[in-house]
Amino acid sequence: MGKYLLRRLAINVILVALAASLAYMLAATTMNPRATYQGRQPPIPEAVIDQTLDAYNLNDKTPVLQRYATWASGVIVGDFGKTWNGGSVNAEMGRRIFVSLRLLLIGTILGFAVGVALGAVSAVRQYKLSDRLIGVSSFVIMAIPVFVLATLLAIATYNVNRGLGFTLIEYTGEYNPRLSGFDQFLNRLNHLILPTISLSLGSIAFYSRIQRNMMLDVLGQDFVRTAMAKGLRRRTALTKHALRTALIPSATYFAFAFGTMFTGAIFTEKIFAWHGMGAWLIDAINANDVNSVAAVTFFTAICVLFAAFLSDLLVAALDPRVRVS
Amino acid sequence: MSILEVKDLTVTFPGGIQAVRGVSYEVERGEVLGIVGESGSGKSVTSLAIMGLLHRNAVVTGSAKLHGRELIGMKEDELIKVRGKAISMIFQDPLSAFTPVYTIGDQIAEAVRVHQKMNKDKAAKRAVELLDLVGIPHPNVRAKAFPHEFSGGMRQRAMIAMAIANDPDLLICDEPTTALDVTIQAQVLEVLKTAQRETGAGIVMITHDLGVIAGMADRVLVMYAGRPVEQGAVDDIYYRPRMPYTMGLLASIPRIDGEEGALVPIEGNPPSPASLPPGCPFAPRCPMKVDMCDEEEPPLVPFGGGRHVACIRAQEIEHKGLTGADVFPVPVIPPSDVVRVPRAERATVLELNDMIRHYPLMKGAVFKRRVGTVHAVDGISFDIAEGETLALVGESGCGKTTTLQQIMQLVPPQGGRVVVLGKDSAEMDSATRRALRRDVQIVFQDPMAALDPRMPVGDIIAEPLRAHGRKDVQARVAELLDLVGLAPEHAERYPQQFSGGQRQRIGIARALALEPKLVVLDEPVSALDVSIQAGVINLLEELKNTLGLSYLFVAHDLAVVRHLADRVAVMYLGKIAEIGTVENVYDHPAHPYTQALLSAIPLPDPELERSRRRILLEGDLPSPADPPSGCRFRTRCPKFARLTEAERRRCVDEEPSVARLANTVDHGAACHYAEEIEVITASDDQEEK
Repeated sequence: MGKYLLRRLAINVILVALAASLAYMLAATTMNPRATYQGRQPPIPEAVIDQTLDAYNLNDKTPVLQRYATWASGVIVGDFGKTWNGGSVNAEMGRRIFVSLRLLLIGTILGFAVGVALGAVSAVRQYKLSDRLIGVSSFVIMAIPVFVLATLLAIATYNVNRGLGFTLIEYTGEYNPRLSGFDQFLNRLNHLILPTISLSLGSIAFYSRIQRNMMLDVLGQDFVRTAMAKGLRRRTALTKHALRTALIPSATYFAFAFGTMFTGAIFTEKIFAWHGMGAWLIDAINANDVNSVAAVTFFTAICVLFAAFLSDLLVAALDPRVRVS
Repeated sequence: MSILEVKDLTVTFPGGIQAVRGVSYEVERGEVLGIVGESGSGKSVTSLAIMGLLHRNAVVTGSAKLHGRELIGMKEDELIKVRGKAISMIFQDPLSAFTPVYTIGDQIAEAVRVHQKMNKDKAAKRAVELLDLVGIPHPNVRAKAFPHEFSGGMRQRAMIAMAIANDPDLLICDEPTTALDVTIQAQVLEVLKTAQRETGAGIVMITHDLGVIAGMADRVLVMYAGRPVEQGAVDDIYYRPRMPYTMGLLASIPRIDGEEGALVPIEGNPPSPASLPPGCPFAPRCPMKVDMCDEEEPPLVPFGGGRHVACIRAQEIEHKGLTGADVFPVPVIPPSDVVRVPRAERATVLELNDMIRHYPLMKGAVFKRRVGTVHAVDGISFDIAEGETLALVGESGCGKTTTLQQIMQLVPPQGGRVVVLGKDSAEMDSATRRALRRDVQIVFQDPMAALDPRMPVGDIIAEPLRAHGRKDVQARVAELLDLVGLAPEHAERYPQQFSGGQRQRIGIARALALEPKLVVLDEPVSALDVSIQAGVINLLEELKNTLGLSYLFVAHDLAVVRHLADRVAVMYLGKIAEIGTVENVYDHPAHPYTQALLSAIPLPDPELERSRRRILLEGDLPSPADPPSGCRFRTRCPKFARLTEAERRRCVDEEPSVARLANTVDHGAACHYAEEIEVITASDDQEEK
């Protein structure tokens, strides 16, 4: 088993390198950092632009493979290069990475837990009102793009706050810089509420549908009946035997869901004015910032593959049948 | 004092479907009550209703009293104290009845801890004791294994261990051995008897297998269309049935000790619970039906001697001493012309010579490597003459299906030769192969899965015709439907509108479409109910005789084989253990495996069952990836155990090949110490004693 996981880890490392390299190539060949320097008033001399771009490893006059080599050798020692205007990508990433991780981690866990719970409830009460309600809401939520959902949530909160006369739930930004200590912590939590909801709603809907189906498959199986025939309560049989078994397929969806989660984060961060990795990606693309785009992609690749690795671990932990072979 | 008293129990599912329509019975301490019936007769639903395990939307009325306490309508808080404590249940399929993610030991310990105040370690120890009691080797190691690491028989033992964990007063066994091979079934039935001895519990044994009931039950309840139609002591039911359905059921089962010839079929199909006929539900299929039968459903009335019968003509049956064979018309099957020619002079349709099929055993997800070889078929030889049926029998995993696939593929085997209709599969070009496919056709086991549900039956049957460019398709389809006992207008309908038996007839019609010479039958009747099975067996026999077909018949049911086959080859772990004519092999089996196999089959005859001596095999089939050296059967062989050390050496070192036995024309066994013995006591009268 350990050997198997090690091999998976090695494969994941190769995949991250591949994904990041491809993303760099794409960004380096399609983006034009020179444009941001050209056409300025007063005009900057070409030689100066070249010199600046060379210093940032962004000069399109250098062959792309050579630029890639420079970039890659930097990445290997942990240096992601310079932004379009000479700032350090590492420093920028350091500022933003935990903002995004906080959002993504909480969103993922919440999405998984709530989604699975709702799905299980939905399956147990198949065709009852609660099941229909959960089903319809899931489909409605899945049909609404994240940016619409987030905007709607923000508007609703704004109106609630105005109606109440004070700010119950924060709807923009990540924290209030005027506060400190414990108040600051509470304030950060408050700021987290809306983005987390808008981010996790999608995956709650997604997981609840999957879990409902898995659970329905399991509910009809003999072992749930056996568990009750032993003298377990229905509730115990459902959670300990049915849900526990039905969790296995859901865990495999973990990796997929993480990918969609990141896409959601890009919009969510932008709409709620969080300065995370997702917002950075959009800013970087607008600014023709090749190295930043590559860095964000690198981060995404690691996140997605880590999620895949984690779902492998989860499945192995949940399912003894996988563990053996 | 009876433990369980069921009275007028009914179960209604949404949509007004009455699955159970008034069942009453009692079970006493230490007594075994057998409940027999075909699928859909409501036998399982009854017991689930008693346990309160039916889906919530099922409406249960009537009464089920355990030691005088009403179970129907009991609150869950009370019910959980009864379930698993006073009443335990053993389910049919032991694989799906265990939660796959917990160890067997944990699941048994859980059952213990639900009802007894015990700490985890003690409960785990108790689980090991229970596993030991049901005969699991190395119970303390095996308790830590997961359900998928157990074989079918072991899982069922573990299931029994779990059921008796809290010394129940009543055990409900729902088809406990249906999913198991016969030798394993014999083992599990022994364990059940042990369990009953240990706990003194009453047993309700639900099964469709009249053989199993004959050996186990004290009293029998026969169910049909959701109601009991006959109830009484086991000997009365088997030797003096007084309800035509019971009579037909008993007459329709092929018997391993029976004679050849046509079986007694019960025409028609069991009624659907959604649309029951007026009056007696069996009337449409009953040969003794009179007009009065349609007027009112006859109640189950006492008949004297503790028996209950639901038939208005029961007195008459008693008076005239009628049996199933008297009442039900026995079809006359025209004899075959081919068999008049001696076997040696007939053409050989199929010949297998030392055929080998091995599968590589792979390991690894990304970089696969070969870690071993599965010896699925390890050199088997047999031949089939024109107009003959050869049956290939053996337990699951013995290589029957692999053999069959190899033949049907018509490709060169890994080793040995496959000669079909005089053509060697190794020397065939694709045109010959295609032409030959006409002559070799197959009928599959599961008639539900073998027919495309989205195709009308006519198209299903026409498909092989069109594939081989026949023109007169419509006429031929009508002719084929008629041949298998269906109406030509059935061609418009879809498979789901047919019952299992009818679907199997459609499968047979499809196989016969191209007028093949050899038909391969892969367990053609094992998925069918007993009363339906007889009709299909008769049809197969008739088709063989009238069309001059040859059959290769793969089956695990030795009783069916006895009826249909001329010759039989017994397989064990990819080898043929014994081969010969049915009479020779069944009446004078020489290989210890054949003897055990034959003796393990329960007979639908209570007296014989009680007096029979069983040869019980130890353990499970060894893995075909690692077969034992020398004789493959030696690890389980009862004879090997009795041999001297010097004699055993030969079994370990030298692999026996099939040797013709002295004094016979067509009988061979692969045993160094083959010795013919009689396992089945010949009984030629199934009638009243």
